[in-house]
Amino acid sequence: MLHTFPKGGIHPPENKFAASQPIEVLSVPDIVYIPISQHLGVPAKPIVKRGDAVKIGTPIAEAAGFVSTFIHSSVAGVVDKIDKITCASGFPQDVIVIKTSEDVWEDSIDTSPDFVKEITLNSEEIRARVLQSGIVGMGGATFPSHIKYQVPEGKQATALIINGVECEPYLTADHRLMLEKAREICVGIEIIKTAISVSHAYIGIENNKPDAIELFGTVVKEFQGISVVPLQVKYPQGGEKQLIKAVTGKEVPAGGLPIDVGAIVNNVGTVYAVYEAVQKNKPLYERIVTVTGKHVTEHKNFLVRIGTPIQNLIDAAGGMPEDTEKIISGGPMMGKAIPFPQAPVTKGTSGILLVPSLESQRQNMESCIRCGKCVSACCVGLEPYIIMTFAERGLVDELLDYQVMQCIECGSCSYVCPAHRPLLDFIRLGKQIVRKQDKK
Amino acid sequence: MNSVKKFTVSPSPHIHSGESVQKIMYGVLYALIPAFLVSVYAFGFDALLITFTAVVSCVLFEWLIQRYVLRGKNTILDGSAVITGVLLAFNVPSSLPLWMIVVGSLVAIGVAKMSFGGLGKNPFNPALVGRVFLLMSFPAHMTQWPKPMMGKFFADAVTGPTPLAVIKEGIAKGNSMTEIMAEFPNISDLLLGFIGGSIGEISAIAIIIGGIYMLYKKIITWHIPVSILATIALFSAVLHLVDMNVYISPLYHILTGGVLLGAVFMATDMVTSPMTNKGMLLYGFGIGVITIAIRTFGAYPEGISFAILIMNACVPLINKSFRPKMFGEKK
Repeated sequence: MLHTFPKGGIHPPENKFAASQPIEVLSVPDIVYIPISQHLGVPAKPIVKRGDAVKIGTPIAEAAGFVSTFIHSSVAGVVDKIDKITCASGFPQDVIVIKTSEDVWEDSIDTSPDFVKEITLNSEEIRARVLQSGIVGMGGATFPSHIKYQVPEGKQATALIINGVECEPYLTADHRLMLEKAREICVGIEIIKTAISVSHAYIGIENNKPDAIELFGTVVKEFQGISVVPLQVKYPQGGEKQLIKAVTGKEVPAGGLPIDVGAIVNNVGTVYAVYEAVQKNKPLYERIVTVTGKHVTEHKNFLVRIGTPIQNLIDAAGGMPEDTEKIISGGPMMGKAIPFPQAPVTKGTSGILLVPSLESQRQNMESCIRCGKCVSACCVGLEPYIIMTFAERGLVDELLDYQVMQCIECGSCSYVCPAHRPLLDFIRLGKQIVRKQDKK
Repeated sequence: MNSVKKFTVSPSPHIHSGESVQKIMYGVLYALIPAFLVSVYAFGFDALLITFTAVVSCVLFEWLIQRYVLRGKNTILDGSAVITGVLLAFNVPSSLPLWMIVVGSLVAIGVAKMSFGGLGKNPFNPALVGRVFLLMSFPAHMTQWPKPMMGKFFADAVTGPTPLAVIKEGIAKGNSMTEIMAEFPNISDLLLGFIGGSIGEISAIAIIIGGIYMLYKKIITWHIPVSILATIALFSAVLHLVDMNVYISPLYHILTGGVLLGAVFMATDMVTSPMTNKGMLLYGFGIGVITIAIRTFGAYPEGISFAILIMNACVPLINKSFRPKMFGEKK
């Protein structure tokens, strides 16, 4: 019996249409729009001004606080302006606009296709390089990675867990990366193991990707202390705490961090970025993005320069289907609907999902029939139906008693609700009510 | 070309399971079909007429109240009023005068469901409230059971007591268990439903088929039916072992009266049962204990309706005490 996390979870249709599409390099756009806030924490501080010439990999914004990181130019060209445009968040954000000329890389970057296995940097140097390269968690949370690799004092990391689960329906970016860059990912794992000084790493992969499980089963033999853990398919197994539970059987205490059970979790995309940063001195200026949807004609996995307008990706995937009603950045369970296809790709963009009009509308809400499906589906052990009631009425004490802040917003409750109640919307409202109260 | 097109923006998740209240309710209705067919075979046209009248009155009352009293949107299409009608009909004898089933429907829908605000807000199972109201108001009519006519569709029914009433009266008269058992139907009649009783409760097999269908469709879980039946079996077995001359065997307890109908269709009503598995087990245990207590020591031969309604009242408390264990909760 394969492992999985025991509590809650759902099985949405996988719809991984792009799984067999090899990664294609998307052509460089004429103009890129690089947001200065692509990570969790303080937005980076721009260090270029209008008219500056930049190369690929030139730092254009620096970390502006502890939880912050660097941002690099993804093209060679000239800085046009620093502007505010509507980004994937739906809000206007500061972006550095660069007009593209022909590709020229920073001299320090090793652009050769050679595979570099030997690791020369020590733990501290690796962390510095990760920060300098602007690496963040690429599964979508975009937490700056150099902080993750700094194990807090008094804690001991015992296991590195690599997230190759990609539990969101439709998305295949991580799957393709695993198939095409398996050895690089393994070196990346070795690098992170050095950084956090652990001896063993586990790669969790759901068994809907048998090719990736098989490939890694072979490749890890070239390395020491890496094992592949095939997992049962269940959403949200890519959730950090769910993955730790599935792989190690350990439960991160409620309100605690993975390091409390000695675990550090990284997405395969992040691991690959670490490989490139440390072995090739290449900062994070491009990433893999799946473009897909029920009516998309050509499902694609693109290697995309950060700051490329999403419209460019859609055009390259056969164009926007006529009946597209919703554009989602990310997967259908946790992704964000974006109002304009001109918003740029950022470090956290794992996929672009085009939803046809038939599926884009929510059904009308009905009365709760207390079927308990939301309670069974919750991977945290919450009772969404009653939290919704408390949030509607603004009852702070009850919200806290029912642990509203523990929700990881996976959306399983809203997904299963037969009465189409927007449970997660109200849980988010409940969190806001609690935060507001805390500020007083 | 799409530069001016406006796209829909909404918070995640962006997909839905496709499950709906209507689908669940229709699933329950499909599950009730086998028991309905058996009842029509056993009790003929009367069973059909009572069921039809109950369904029509329940739907009509819900529509009227929703339209003219609550002034909300039309809810009769969700199927819950139809279920209430069918279940109410299943809980009365087929000889009941039609106007009484209409009154029962009014109580079930008007008092037990709509006065609380409609589907999902009622603390008590509406069909059972209707049934108990009828039992209190018209005890003579509610305890006269036509004997099954086995396919003679329009024949005039002969009434007689139910198996449970046979026992209760027999014991009251001081008859021995052997004498009582001589009048008792055999096991195959009990399983197939060729016994006296309420319209929908007679055939164990038909009810179990419906239950399996609902389990398969994930409309119910095993917890409530199994805990009710296990509790009843356990307690009646203990009593049976104490004195076989006074207390009938567990098998008869389970196969007679409304136990199966109650355990599978009435106690599992989502609205009025607990949310968590542990809560469901306790709820089922409570129903089992109260049922046996009423059947054995109470004035009525049958007790599961009361047992379910009493435990319905405990559901909020059970939900409060049996919350799901949190991920990462300290032990």
